[in-house]
Amino acid sequence: MTDILDLLSNVSFWIAVLRIATPLILGTLGVLLCERAGVLNLGIEGIMVAGAFAGWLAVYAGAPLWMGVCVAALTGAAFGLLHAWLTVGLALSQHVSGLGITMLATALSYYGYRVSFPKVSTPPTITPFAPMDWLPIPVLDAQTSLTLLALVLVPVISYLLYRTPVGLAVRMVGENPQAAEGQGVSVAWVRTGAIVAGSALMGVAGSFLTLSAFNAFFFNMVNGRGWICVALVVFAAWRPGKALLGALLFAFFDALQLRLQQAGDAALPYQVYLMLPYVLSILALVLVARKAAYPQALMKPYRKGER
Amino acid sequence: MRLEKRGESSAILMLIAPVAAIAVTLVVTALLVLWAGAPVGKTYVLLLQGGFGSVFALSETLTRATPLILTGLAATVAFKARLFNIGAEGQLYVGALAAIAVGGLHGGTGLEWSPWIVFPLMMMAAAMAGALLLLGPALLKTRLGVDEVVTTLLLNFIVLLLVSAMLDGPMKDPTAMGWPQSVALNGELELSKLIDGTRVHTGLIWATTLAVMLWAIFKYTTVGFSIRAVGANARAAAFAGVPVTGTVVLVAMLSGALAGLAGAIEVAGRTNYVTLDMSPGYGYSGIVIAMLAGLHPIGVLAASVFVAGVLVGADSMSRAIGVPTYIADVIVATSLLSVLVATLLTQYRVRLK
Repeated sequence: MTDILDLLSNVSFWIAVLRIATPLILGTLGVLLCERAGVLNLGIEGIMVAGAFAGWLAVYAGAPLWMGVCVAALTGAAFGLLHAWLTVGLALSQHVSGLGITMLATALSYYGYRVSFPKVSTPPTITPFAPMDWLPIPVLDAQTSLTLLALVLVPVISYLLYRTPVGLAVRMVGENPQAAEGQGVSVAWVRTGAIVAGSALMGVAGSFLTLSAFNAFFFNMVNGRGWICVALVVFAAWRPGKALLGALLFAFFDALQLRLQQAGDAALPYQVYLMLPYVLSILALVLVARKAAYPQALMKPYRKGER
Repeated sequence: MRLEKRGESSAILMLIAPVAAIAVTLVVTALLVLWAGAPVGKTYVLLLQGGFGSVFALSETLTRATPLILTGLAATVAFKARLFNIGAEGQLYVGALAAIAVGGLHGGTGLEWSPWIVFPLMMMAAAMAGALLLLGPALLKTRLGVDEVVTTLLLNFIVLLLVSAMLDGPMKDPTAMGWPQSVALNGELELSKLIDGTRVHTGLIWATTLAVMLWAIFKYTTVGFSIRAVGANARAAAFAGVPVTGTVVLVAMLSGALAGLAGAIEVAGRTNYVTLDMSPGYGYSGIVIAMLAGLHPIGVLAASVFVAGVLVGADSMSRAIGVPTYIADVIVATSLLSVLVATLLTQYRVRLK
């Protein structure tokens, strides 16, 4: 017990929590934007891979770090546009289209990596974002500016969703597209915009992994984080503030399991600790299941003039 | 842009659609091959030869197609009832673990009974393991409304870690010099080869039989009708007296069992033991195969051979001219998306305002 208290008073633990949370915050906000507009985006897992790869490749080729982040956002947006065309324009199954996007984006990234670096055994590295040690706030001063961006985006997206006409339109097309259309809102355009913006955030979430958390691109480096974001959005009841809370809570447990694993006596195999984040995500889904207030039109394709 | 339902699909369109889908896939692939600096024509020839060009190539393709047929069927049953089982990968692995538990542990020989008893027991255990793994998410869906996509996806990661723990612990092969693999299956339980000197095994016949059986179930039985009704419109089905919850649970058991069998048949037919990389995403490919087949069990057979051929062909092409094997995954994903679009366009007319 005292061990746990020691751990919680340890600054480096909280630094780890915030670092683990960052890609989850960005990814969860991305999923949230898409789902608030009524579209499930299972492309996230692959879009994160593509963002991680494209952003890293740009920086490796000599672009500044922030340019790499922009490249990751654009890559995400491009896949988002494809997803929007398939699910909004053509009203195809959101599940299947999203999974297809994940497969395509992942395969393209791995292919691109192998084409660019056919014979490397150790992954080439870049100089990642430096911590913001000029910041006078503990824990945050050990993070990079991408974490700050993620934290700032939470109130920004919250404001956009709840206080602006654009946000109202997004929520309307996610709840009742027929009514929105009746109010003169173009369901197709609003949904497309939300998916593209959300997917750009997913791309940035991926780039955090290669430009800040690590300094190289690895296969399987996203490792289910995208799916966890999809679960976190349900847990967060589709609210940006709660999404931040959920991501931090999740990261807390993930950091905890890492520490326990390092300190662990061999009583439990290390795999049990690694399972915890995934088990927790499922538990979170079960806990909120009864009162989950899904956007009413989520996963319902909207074809103008068709009921 | 808006979509308008076509009265009836024209015969010409039904012909053009798949051709167009193939053309799109070929063009995307060609661009990527050019990026890698390889000659496009030669790459395609090598890919085709590597997948289908000789008896050996075909035998490798059919070997690879065997688990794909089963995971493809698993996705087909589930998706038909709109149960989005994305967990076939995990179900395959628990099936493989169950097969070793029955047929490989106990001093390395499996249970000490005649193979005539142990073999069916092994297959049943694998099917049961897969079915039970999907039962959880299915019940969470029907009881609590928890989206099964995310739960089945997350379970895949949990199961892979479980496999890893088993290979370090209770199922560890002590003679493998620290290599992460399970104890081997008792040799008497192995599936025999169909053609001498190749790796095609009788699992292919099992898988094909199951595809035909599933087709018959869909077409001729009340259960099949219920499954289709629940998938088409759950509320209408409930109104018509179809037991929706029961059907979803049954579908989950069937789908999970098929994926579990894929694992056991891989172990008994090809690998003989469980490793962490025994399935390069067969569970996920199964979804693509089911969609390419239009959720038709017999179509799954053809789609599996196509996907397996691309995977095997890409391996051999890559060895010859160095285009990365990941091109196979790009081809499979692109063909999935383009076939989806092409199918839609046979049913709907696109009007630009």
